[in-house]
Amino acid sequence: MAPQDLLIEYLPILIFMIIALGISGAMVLGSILVARQKPDPEKNSAYECGFDAFGDARNKFDVRFYLVTLLFIIFDLEIAFLFPWAISLKGIGVFGFWSMVVFLGVLTVGFIYEWKKGALEWE
Amino acid sequence: MLDLWNTYGVWTAWTLLYIVLIIVGVLLSVAYLTYAERKVLGGMQRRQGPITVGPFGLLQPIADGLKLFSKETVIPSQANRVVFLLAPVILFALSLMAWAVIPFDRDWVLANINVGVLYLFAVSSMGVYGVIMAGWASNSRYAFLGGLRSASQMVSYEVSMGLIIVCVLLCTGSLNLQDIVLAERPVWMQALLFPMLIVFLISILAETNRAPFDLPEGESEITGGFMVEYSAMAFALFFLGEYANMILMSAMTTVLFLGGWLPPFGMDFLAFVPGIVWFALKTAAILFFFIWARATLPRFRYDQLMRLGWKVFLPFTLIWVVLTAGVLLTFDALPG
Repeated sequence: MAPQDLLIEYLPILIFMIIALGISGAMVLGSILVARQKPDPEKNSAYECGFDAFGDARNKFDVRFYLVTLLFIIFDLEIAFLFPWAISLKGIGVFGFWSMVVFLGVLTVGFIYEWKKGALEWE
Repeated sequence: MLDLWNTYGVWTAWTLLYIVLIIVGVLLSVAYLTYAERKVLGGMQRRQGPITVGPFGLLQPIADGLKLFSKETVIPSQANRVVFLLAPVILFALSLMAWAVIPFDRDWVLANINVGVLYLFAVSSMGVYGVIMAGWASNSRYAFLGGLRSASQMVSYEVSMGLIIVCVLLCTGSLNLQDIVLAERPVWMQALLFPMLIVFLISILAETNRAPFDLPEGESEITGGFMVEYSAMAFALFFLGEYANMILMSAMTTVLFLGGWLPPFGMDFLAFVPGIVWFALKTAAILFFFIWARATLPRFRYDQLMRLGWKVFLPFTLIWVVLTAGVLLTFDALPG
């Protein structure tokens, strides 16, 4: 298959993407244009159960959210490795299987370390 | 000119027609999924659900949509306006885009690409951007907390979903969704995949932020989470996106585990029923499971949610990937 044929398969997806973005954008814009807009300083202030908002909301947050995302990157990369491995396992056979087991073993050691260190604890 | 039309025009016209058909179909399904949810929840709580608008309340979703469309879009003064309005647009567009590769019936697919599973996985992962953008741009404490919670919940369960998909790939030997549906699955292979189906069903509940994992929204604690500042159509797009994602995840389960458009349980004598009917029925069955879970189960605590994702599902699915690969290799049953 020539490269341009391969790309042609993805053309409908590109068109779909443009139409989907267009429709959702048009829905929001249409609503803003059609409905009566009557802004008001009280109405436009951030919702905080009736209080006046205390300064900026973007302040410090729990480091564990950050840790979880780091862990996610490691495991998602691992999955990215597993996809082609799963498809070609018949071709690479027992050697391929054990190579992946070693790779997963190394990651598991890291995972156990994080677990024991308490990176997965939420109170 | 006629040549040019015959070469490109016809193809483009058909593609546009298919795209419009898919989008209209998804939007109608979303509208009537909200209706079905209210009816089923009503039935489970011995109420009637919507009954006043139209016969049996059938026009309720349309009335809701029109009402939301005609409301004022409040943009908080502290918010980052562009990102604030872009977040729902992106979330909703993504939940539509994924449908480009779903096979509704044999050869009823817009783009039959070789990496269908990868595309689905990628598009459904990008939903988290919409949530983070909404939570950050609103510049409200509740929205910020909801966005943080939602983002870490979605990435946590995505890991186990990815590992489950790897199990399915091992058994089918292809990333093409059509090939996955048509792949031979002996009974022992289905037995091997069955625990993965259960974990997958629970993971998609968490991935779409549905009860009992609806902490990002958590009405009673953070009053709606990342969408607290949204109103009118911007809010409606979040709502539509969430429901479109539910249907998408159900369709994905149908394709990966339940044999897509094929008759259930290998009953070939039922093959006279059009495939799309089977596809719709199987998807609807999983959607019923979504609503049933919402009516039955109380909300999880955040630490329980994280423990289930990282300490139960992740090790279990990881072991299952190795086990599946080992079994398939030992009995020389690998496809392809």
